[in-house]
Amino acid sequence: MEKIPILKMGKLLLVTIQVDLYDRLAEALEADLVQMINKTGAQGVLIDISAVSIIDSFMGRIIGNIATMSKILDAETVVVGMQPAVAITLIELGLPLTGVYSALNVEKGMSLLQGKINLKETGFIPEDDGDTE
Amino acid sequence: MKNETIKILQKQKKKILDMWMNFQLTDETLREDLMNNDELRMQSEDLVTALVDNLKDENIDTPDSPDFDSVTDILNGISISRAKQGYTSRETGIFVFSLKQALLVLLQQEIRDPQVLYDQSLKVNKLIDFFGVATFETFIKGREEVILRQTDEITEISTPVIQIWDGILALPIIGTLDSARTQVVMENLLQKIVETGSSIAILDISGVPAVDSLVAQHLIKTVSATRLMGAECIISGIRPEIAQTVVHLGIDLSGVITKASLASALKTAFGILQLQVTRKQKNPLIVE
Repeated sequence: MEKIPILKMGKLLLVTIQVDLYDRLAEALEADLVQMINKTGAQGVLIDISAVSIIDSFMGRIIGNIATMSKILDAETVVVGMQPAVAITLIELGLPLTGVYSALNVEKGMSLLQGKINLKETGFIPEDDGDTE
Repeated sequence: MKNETIKILQKQKKKILDMWMNFQLTDETLREDLMNNDELRMQSEDLVTALVDNLKDENIDTPDSPDFDSVTDILNGISISRAKQGYTSRETGIFVFSLKQALLVLLQQEIRDPQVLYDQSLKVNKLIDFFGVATFETFIKGREEVILRQTDEITEISTPVIQIWDGILALPIIGTLDSARTQVVMENLLQKIVETGSSIAILDISGVPAVDSLVAQHLIKTVSATRLMGAECIISGIRPEIAQTVVHLGIDLSGVITKASLASALKTAFGILQLQVTRKQKNPLIVE
């Protein structure tokens, strides 16, 4: 079966979804990711969905679940690179993904996560935390 | 044996045309500003020729027979072009019905027997009435096309997304927001966010005449979609009346940054991006 790779980068986990998600793949990703967070003690998860062009309510829920689970395991989740059509679909489906942070691209997502982690460690807001949630 | 009327009509084609032109030209609703007489004559001649040439014994009672396809085609063409040129429906109607008048006058001159005249007049009446109705249908269709095109144009031009600063987009909304327009607005905005990599979008609604619960919901949808993309959305240009309606309707806008004017929204955006606007240092000599 196909597998979506989860890359570790320092304190962060990087997931880039390069194929169109189907239900079992998404469920496997959810399980793998939770295991991985537990194993590495990662503090942030960055999911790049810029190549995903189709999303349904199930996928939306999985992403929401991942965020909630990561939060319980003390890691923040940022979804980056969502396509306009996907965003509109999610809104029309009534899934505004509250609790998930989004960023336009990987770069902005990284700095957002870095900011969150710094804040958690030092209680101090770094200078360049100019991004939005 | 050929129908009497058809023979008369085919023989007197020229006379019909002359009479018809005469009726049209003497009518007070003639629009010489929209079409000159030569053009009108050409249109009329085409129509008379098509009508008279296709008239047969079998089809004089059945105006929807395929024989008259060329007549209906010509009528459709005329009627659509007239709709686009700005003719009124009355003027277009008179164009067709004055042909009936010409035909009837001609029949009256040619047929002596009252019974035959009555029968034939009825037939001609029915035929031309059918064409008249067909003309109206196409006229209205032509008008609707014009309206549709204008609606499209309005939707096209009414949702410009402008970049007012590096990383800040503004979207002035003018006119009522319905579902279809919200869709266009949302798509344009999100597309532009991706293209420019902007992290803040300002939605200015000072041009929206009224906000009801549906419009508010559309606005909230747009804001949520922008957030999903990873950008922040500010709604500006909220007039006092709109603030009143929103509160009276019980719409919750607490999750959205709202500002009274575009200027204050821009200021907030600068704040989020940690930018600062400062006055340029004046010449120290003049200051002192």
